Amino acid sequence: MVFIHKKIINIQGRVWKFGDDVNSGAILPNPYLGLNDVKKLAEHCMEGVGNDFSSKVRSKDIIVAGENFGCGSSREKAVLAILGCKVSCVIAKSFARIFFRNAINNGLPIFEIPILVDNVKQGNVVKIDLFNGFAKIEGNESVYSFETYPEIIQSIINKGGLIPFVSAKLLIKKGKENKNGK
Amino acid sequence: MGMTATEKIIVKHCGKNSISVGEIIEVTYDMIYSHDNAAPLAISQFKKLPCNHIKDASKVSFFFDHCTPNKDIDTAEHCRVIKEFAENQGIESLYEGGRAGIQHMMIPELGMVTPGDLIMGNDSHTPTLGAIGALAMGFGSTDIAAAWATGKTWLRVPKTIKLLFEGIPRKWVSGKDLILFALRTIGINGAAYMVVEFAGSTIAALSMNQRFTMCNMAVEMGAKSAIMPVDSVAQDYLSSRVTKNYTITNSDNDADFAEEIKFKVDQLEPQIAFPHLPSNVKPVSKASHIRIDQCFIGSCSNAWLDDLRIAAKVLKGHTIHPKVRMIVIPGTPQIYLKALNEGLIKVFCAAGAVIGPPTCGPCGGNHFGILGKGERAIATINRNYPGRMGHPESEIYLANPSVVSASAVLGRIASPEELM
Repeated sequence: MVFIHKKIINIQGRVWKFGDDVNSGAILPNPYLGLNDVKKLAEHCMEGVGNDFSSKVRSKDIIVAGENFGCGSSREKAVLAILGCKVSCVIAKSFARIFFRNAINNGLPIFEIPILVDNVKQGNVVKIDLFNGFAKIEGNESVYSFETYPEIIQSIINKGGLIPFVSAKLLIKKGKENKNGK
Repeated sequence: MGMTATEKIIVKHCGKNSISVGEIIEVTYDMIYSHDNAAPLAISQFKKLPCNHIKDASKVSFFFDHCTPNKDIDTAEHCRVIKEFAENQGIESLYEGGRAGIQHMMIPELGMVTPGDLIMGNDSHTPTLGAIGALAMGFGSTDIAAAWATGKTWLRVPKTIKLLFEGIPRKWVSGKDLILFALRTIGINGAAYMVVEFAGSTIAALSMNQRFTMCNMAVEMGAKSAIMPVDSVAQDYLSSRVTKNYTITNSDNDADFAEEIKFKVDQLEPQIAFPHLPSNVKPVSKASHIRIDQCFIGSCSNAWLDDLRIAAKVLKGHTIHPKVRMIVIPGTPQIYLKALNEGLIKVFCAAGAVIGPPTCGPCGGNHFGILGKGERAIATINRNYPGRMGHPESEIYLANPSVVSASAVLGRIASPEELM
């Protein structure tokens, strides 16, 4: 097993392709940082890149990007905006550090598959088999494998995000304390 | 084999005797801080957890600096929510109104950080504090909420990349120019997930203000954090601000660095980052034809007293070009007061600049000087991605404060050499 997710075994979606260094401010620009509703954030997703993503994105679409996706500011709402669009996952050559953590923490599946990024085109359909750890571009024979995440990251993903992960740990701890108290 | 400063600090905070690069460990922290923009999400995430109280409220601080004094109703609501939460949790360390300043500057100024500390901040420029020899890292709001509840977070032990600076910089060349030059070489992702450690005779001769500037902008290389050796300059800075004991945790001479890159700085000119990447850096002589509409001195990168002093030195006796707006924002109330006492604010006003209260201001495109379509700014901030300071079709050039001042007078990007 490569990528355990509580609810997801397979991902399939239509690709939106972006370049290198897509910064978090392009994903969710400054004027919208005051919004709290995920649906409203979604209306402005990728607006800083200057295309029609937010008006044309469909549920289960996949964002594909180059190096350093999500660089710049730590704004977690960039991840929430992507989730609000019901994007099924993000595949990039590499992720910026804080964006990576924010994605895992909010249950947004992310994958680093550089060779797939090089070979995929806008509009292609990509399928990911999480259980066996590979991705394919529809109509293309090649199989692109990807690395397992370290155990703690797998655990956070498996629980659906950091809040459910930490909640479970806190409840276990509370249960033990109650037991000892008796 | 010896340890890097980063490894020593992680060992201190993880309860293990030794660690290896790439290993994932859990660490405790000495301080965790957030601000008006990011804290509301951290608070709403915290409220989803099955615990009522933050594990250690004495380690928590809030700084209202991004969109304050409240720029609109949303911000006012954010601040109200944070204050209610702070009161509920017994958090006293909260700075707003006339006590507020830019978070990454307030913390060292108030003696809240010491060498060897491990610090979590809810902002990407938290590594600024590395100039004090602390390991300070930025996190998103959910990581902050979880750390409030558990007193810990997980980390992958990073590699350290050493940037060695040798030589004596020319006049008008400062820490800002050194880090911009390094960005040009290393690129926007060149230090990804690593800690950048600065060393060398050039660094040793820098003031603390300029060291903070360099650690601040190391983030733009993709770094996890940045750190500097604690020497007599740093200890001197700490002596008037910190009362508690601390242990210096500088890197051992035989520590294992992933890479070492040397920079000779003697011949450098002031550097300019052109739109739209902080690594798109050229010497100022390549920029002198570029007309500008707005000049900004401020932000957690360069709102220190040293920055205001040098800006005022260049500006004194001149007036700002009639087609240029200049905005100056001292980083903290203490800096503002010192600038007043030294006559710097008078110089800025007499020249025709706008002075703002201590806040991030226009840096993140929030308030106090947003750019319109096609406008161009030269600023002492740390990022120049499209739309950073306003309209997506505006442009930002990054520079040191003396260059920004000279540019304000001449109406185009200029070295202070042209004025003096």
